Amino acid sequence: MSSRNEILSKIKQNQPDLLPLPDLSVLGTEQYDLVQKFTEILEGIGGKVLQVSNFEEIKKYIISNYPINARVISTLPEFSENKDWQIADPHKLKDADFLIIKGQFAVAENGAIWLTELEMGQRVAPFITQYLAIIIEKSAILPTMHQAYEQIGMSDYGFGVFLAGPSKTADIEQSLVLGAHGARGLVVFLV
Amino acid sequence: MKTHSEAAEIFNKDFDRTTWHDETLYFVRQKRDKAAFQIKDWELLRETASSIKNNVLSNMHDYLLQFEENAIKNGIKIHWAADAKEHNEIVYGIISEYYKGEIPVDTFKGMVKSKSMLTEECHMNEFLAEKGIEVIDTDLGERIVQLAEEPPSHIVMPCIHWKKEEIGELFHKHLGTEKGNKDPQYLTEAARQHLRDKFLTRPIALTGVNFAVAETGEFVVCTNEGNADMGAHLADIHIASMGFEKIIPQKKHLGVFLRLLARSATGQPITTYSSHFKKPREGQQMHIVIVDNGRSTQLGREDFRNSLKCIRCAACFNTCPVYRRSGGHSYHNAVAGPIGSILAPNLDMRANADLPFASTLCGSCSNVCPVKIDIHQQLYKWRQVLVQEGYAPASKTLAMKGMSTVLSNPGIFKFSGKVGRMLMDKLPFLVNNNMNPWYKQREMPEPPEESFRDWYKKNRKK
Repeated sequence: MSSRNEILSKIKQNQPDLLPLPDLSVLGTEQYDLVQKFTEILEGIGGKVLQVSNFEEIKKYIISNYPINARVISTLPEFSENKDWQIADPHKLKDADFLIIKGQFAVAENGAIWLTELEMGQRVAPFITQYLAIIIEKSAILPTMHQAYEQIGMSDYGFGVFLAGPSKTADIEQSLVLGAHGARGLVVFLV
Repeated sequence: MKTHSEAAEIFNKDFDRTTWHDETLYFVRQKRDKAAFQIKDWELLRETASSIKNNVLSNMHDYLLQFEENAIKNGIKIHWAADAKEHNEIVYGIISEYYKGEIPVDTFKGMVKSKSMLTEECHMNEFLAEKGIEVIDTDLGERIVQLAEEPPSHIVMPCIHWKKEEIGELFHKHLGTEKGNKDPQYLTEAARQHLRDKFLTRPIALTGVNFAVAETGEFVVCTNEGNADMGAHLADIHIASMGFEKIIPQKKHLGVFLRLLARSATGQPITTYSSHFKKPREGQQMHIVIVDNGRSTQLGREDFRNSLKCIRCAACFNTCPVYRRSGGHSYHNAVAGPIGSILAPNLDMRANADLPFASTLCGSCSNVCPVKIDIHQQLYKWRQVLVQEGYAPASKTLAMKGMSTVLSNPGIFKFSGKVGRMLMDKLPFLVNNNMNPWYKQREMPEPPEESFRDWYKKNRKK
C-alpha cells in the first residue's frame, strides 16, 4: 500500500500543468460504400464475406463446406439447440470445430466486428474454435472506429472484442500464415 | 556488456545478413506508409492522439485514481509496484496466495504469457524461474527467442533477426519437427499444437496492457495471434502488467489509438483481436499490476516526459537506418530502437549512455511516430545531459574537445585542413585503415586540391 501512495504523490508532483483534451467530433468523416469497403478490407486480411438472404443459405453453406462429423456450436437456436457448452468448463471447448454467432456490428474501415461475451456464449469460444462464422446485418456496418465507440457508448459487458479476420502471424520471416492460436478461418455472412 | 557501436560492428560483419535485416524492416515501414496514406485524416489523427496523450501526462494522478476506483468496482484487484523487483514479487505473491502459500510444485504447470515488454524490462521470467515457476511465452516470435534463450530484438516482431532455416532447426531440436523443414506454414502449425497444450494446462495467464481506460476501469490488449485471449480465458488467474503511462481518459479515445496502432506497426488496418477486459469471468481472478519503475522520474523531466506518450508500435524502429543496420540486440535494453534509446537512459544513465548516440538524428522516427513524440530531438538532448553528467564515452569527450579547439580557432582550423589534405593525398594509408572509424564500411573521399577559404580568397575579386 505504501508504494501506491509514494507513486501517486511523485506523479502528482512531477506531472506538468493541465492541458485540454482535443475535440474528436472532427474525426471519422470518411464516406464509404459500407458493404463494399467492409468486404474489401476483411477479404484483404484473410476473411471471407458472403451475402445471404436467409439462414437456410447459411446452413447449406456450412453443410457443403465442413465435414459432417465436425463439432458445430452456436448461440443461435437456428443452428444448434444445445446450450450446455455455454456454461461448461471452457477447456471443454478444445475440440470445437465450428462456431456460429451473431455480431453486434461491424466497421468498414478495418473489417472489425464487435462482439461481447453475450454473443460469444463463452469468452474463449471465438478463439479456441478451429473455424468461426459471424452473422452481421448489412445495416449494422459503421464507417470508422469513431462511430463504433459511439455505438458501444457506455453499454456494459465483462469482456468485448473487436475481431478482424482469422488469427494470424508473420513472425517467421514476415511470411503471413493464417491460424496462429485462434480460429484458422473466418467467414462473415451479411444478411 | 558491449556498447551499441561494438555490438553493431559484430552484427555488420555478415554483410548479406545485415542487408537482409535492413530490407525486411524497410518493407514493414513501406506497409505502414501504404496504410497511413489510405486515411485522409491521418495527420489529424496523429495530432489528436498526441493531444490526448499530452492531457494524460498532465492529469496522470487523477486518471490513475479514477481507473483504480472503476477497476475495483468491476471486480479487478489492483496492485502498485514502485520498481521491477516489487512487480515480480507482487506477481509471485498473487500466485502464492491463490495456492494459500503452498504452490503444488509437482503438479503445478506454471504460467502462459502473451507479449509484455514490461515483464522483459522487469526480468520477470528469470525471477519466477528461480522460484520454480516456468513461464511460457506464447507469441510465436517470443516463443522462438525464448527457446533460443535470447531476448526479443524488436517489440512487435521479436524474432525479426531469425531466418526460417534457423527456426526450422530450432523447432526440430525443441518441438520435434522434421529436420530441414523451413516452411513457415508448417512451423507455425507445429507451434500452434505445442502452445495449444500449454494454454489448456496452465492455470495462470499474464498479459500486457495496450490501453487502460480511466472512465470505465477496463483494459485493452491487442494481438494478431489470439494468444492473449487463449491464455486469459482459460486460466484461473489473469494478471495484467502495465506501466502507468498506458492510461487513457475515456473509451471513445480508443477509437483514435486503435486506428493508429496497427497501421503504424505493421500496416494492418487493425490487429486481429482488440480485446476489452472489464470484469473477470465467473470463478476467475483478475489482477492488474501498475508499475512505475522510473516512469514518475521521467514524467518530471520536462525535456523527456513525452517519451511516456509511446504506444509501442515500433514504427520508429522500422524506419531507423541505424536500427535496421545494427539489430535490436545491439541496444542491450528491453525496448530497442529510437524510442528505447530515449527511455533507457532514464532507467540507468551509466549503462545506457551509448544509446542516444546510436542515431544519425535524421528525424525519420519523429515523422512516423503516431503520437508525435519528438524522438530525434530527445536523442539530441540526452547527449547534452549525458556529457554534462560525465557519462559520455571518454573517446567521444576527447574528440569533441579537440573539435571544439580546432573549430573555434581559425588559425588552427586552417592549418589542420592543410595537413589533412596533404596527408590524404600523399600518405593515404594513414587514414585508409581500420584505426580510423570513418573508414569502416566506407571509402574515404578524394581530398580536394584546395580549401574553400583558399578558393574564396582567389575568386572573390573576380
